[in-house]
Amino acid sequence: MLALDKKDSLTFLFVVAITLLAPFLMNPFPEASALAQFNAGYPDLMQRFAIYGIFAIGFNILFGLTGYLSFGHAAFLGVGSYAAVWMFKLLSMNIIPGIVLSVLVAGAFALVIGFISLRRSGIYFSILTLAFAQMSFSLAYSVLTPITNGETGLQLSLKDPRILDATNTTGGLPVTNLFGLEMRDSMTMDIAGWSFNFSTGYYVCAVLMLIAFYLSMRIFRSPFGLMLRAIKTNQTRLNYTGLNSRPYTLAAFVISGMYAGLAGGLLASMDPLAGAERMQWTASGEVVLMTILGGAGTLLGPLLGAGFIKYFENIFSKINDNVLHTWFSVMPESLENFLVTIIHPFVGKGWHLTLGLLFMMIVIFLPGGLVDGGTRIWNRITGRNRTQVDADANPKPAE
Amino acid sequence: MDAILLQILNGLDKGSAYALIALGLTLIFGTLGVVNFAHGALFMIGAFCAVTLQRILSISTITIDPTRTDFLGKPLQIKTPLVESWFGEAAGQAIINWTVPLAILFAIPIMLLIGYVMERGLIRHFYKRPHADQILVTFGLAIVLQEIIKAFYGANPIPTPAPDVFRGSFDFGVLIGYAQDAIIYPYWRLVYFAFSALIIGLVFAFLQFTTFGMVVRAGMADRETVGLLGINIDRRFTIMFGLAAAVAGLAGVMYTPINSPNYHMGMDFLVLSFVVVVVGGMGSLGGAVLAGFLLGILESFASMNVVKGFFEAIYLPSIDQIVIYLVAIIVLLTRPRGLLGRKGVMEE
Repeated sequence: MLALDKKDSLTFLFVVAITLLAPFLMNPFPEASALAQFNAGYPDLMQRFAIYGIFAIGFNILFGLTGYLSFGHAAFLGVGSYAAVWMFKLLSMNIIPGIVLSVLVAGAFALVIGFISLRRSGIYFSILTLAFAQMSFSLAYSVLTPITNGETGLQLSLKDPRILDATNTTGGLPVTNLFGLEMRDSMTMDIAGWSFNFSTGYYVCAVLMLIAFYLSMRIFRSPFGLMLRAIKTNQTRLNYTGLNSRPYTLAAFVISGMYAGLAGGLLASMDPLAGAERMQWTASGEVVLMTILGGAGTLLGPLLGAGFIKYFENIFSKINDNVLHTWFSVMPESLENFLVTIIHPFVGKGWHLTLGLLFMMIVIFLPGGLVDGGTRIWNRITGRNRTQVDADANPKPAE
Repeated sequence: MDAILLQILNGLDKGSAYALIALGLTLIFGTLGVVNFAHGALFMIGAFCAVTLQRILSISTITIDPTRTDFLGKPLQIKTPLVESWFGEAAGQAIINWTVPLAILFAIPIMLLIGYVMERGLIRHFYKRPHADQILVTFGLAIVLQEIIKAFYGANPIPTPAPDVFRGSFDFGVLIGYAQDAIIYPYWRLVYFAFSALIIGLVFAFLQFTTFGMVVRAGMADRETVGLLGINIDRRFTIMFGLAAAVAGLAGVMYTPINSPNYHMGMDFLVLSFVVVVVGGMGSLGGAVLAGFLLGILESFASMNVVKGFFEAIYLPSIDQIVIYLVAIIVLLTRPRGLLGRKGVMEE
């Protein structure tokens, strides 16, 4: 199907099914139950799943395939957001021009940065991309204020020209739309205590994410993808065979920059704001984390990682002391207070602490990410020989 | 001319901080071959050692004086710090006044311990892993350390003043024949520069003139051979890691009066320090120090109005915000090994 082999078609159909049914799957608990706070089926969060999924898929094309660790990918996300918001201000509230421009601008930006950074590899490459991203961040924050609106962030206003749209007479700020379908529209379906929410914005993001995922699958399976893997395995040997690897790495860098631009454009389409903090290096670190957590170099890994992080970010930061007290209320009071004191630093505002710990645990114990962990458990269950698996996963290069 | 001198002086204190952090980073990289993204966090922990000492010294006993009332009409509470009741009022106040310099003594054992634990507990397991893994795990560690500090001390900057003696400014211009007030420079920044110079000198002297330092240098050049000679080089490298942590921590302690410490100061300095290390040349101690001061001074030059105006005229506004990155990019592209980088370090 769609020029994919059987196994990949199954994976793709699985992802399609999960994505399209997400409003149901993310809402397993009835509205009134105590567990409803673990539901993730509201539009804002589901949009984030899809958008950061795109971001991580794109990052994985660079890091997972070529092994080049970029620490400045958030810059492309930020540039994409700014480009999209400018389209909303100047041209039209339709999201198509915004998204197209954000992809193009991020691609051009990635071409310039990649052209310079890819002259070096390893740690130097990481630091160069980091330097570029920090530079873009400081520029957006201060110098380019006429374009980026500095600290406040770029916002829509009533006075914007929007030459393609009808003149605004209502007085309210216009809403992003896709040929009239408003992004913030949503439909609620109530079935016996459950309340499912179908949002236009989510489905737009979901469809784009599926396209992005399909493209990344094709890239993984193409000769181009094979070449990128060869670069990761042994670039020196590749160079000795007389092949110039830079065009390939540059192409991978630009493609992943365009993915990031698409994610940025979508972020702006869902909520027409763009701020410099999206470009900060902690944001770049986050996408690295998503990819590693899920499993770098795997197809499903980045999606899994993005969903995992965004979900737990949301759930963990909602848990406060009151929630903890209700959880442990069955226990004796001293024990209850003790447990709450212990857990308190890790939840609510302390979510980043949990995130950092998680990050370390994953890198230390599970460098292959969740996908690798899942495969290991699966092999343990099915009884497949472990050494055989290792030999399959890391074939020794013939010396 | 006086403006140029002033900018050089202004660049010195930031440059000193860059140089100290970059020196530690290079020490770790040169000995253990590990890229430590948590080094900024060590700088920050150093700064918070000073805050902790300040808190400890201001632990007070509260006595209630029933004869007087405060502005709410309640009996007046008089706080007496414990140090004042132990050492007498004058000595106690002097100790509190000199918190920051005293924190140096407090920070050294703590930082050595943290460095030791970090190396033995975590970094040691990452020698054989790819550089990407080392970056990622230390990045995670940096987040964790930063969040722990945030949980204990809150998100706001905590002022830690310098001793009274150093609070004013010093008229540097008069000394070298300029008019009064032409070049004024805060005392503490001068102290900071002198302190950094001292630390840098000590580290170099330690490596150059002691047997221990000689073994470490030999280990940096060829770890395997030194190991074959029956020297426990791992142990010495662990101590060097502790030393690098202490250098970063001391840089942090002394920096607190210049900028009130907050939990993300480490990250802010880390990115720039990495740039400094790369510009100086990965693995070159002299390069790190040189590049640190150079970039610090360059940054302060770029913030001069004349320079800014010139670059604005050629469409490069606010050059001071980006000059370090620009220089780094140019250096890496024209001299990939950095200013003083040696051949064969970090070249796959």
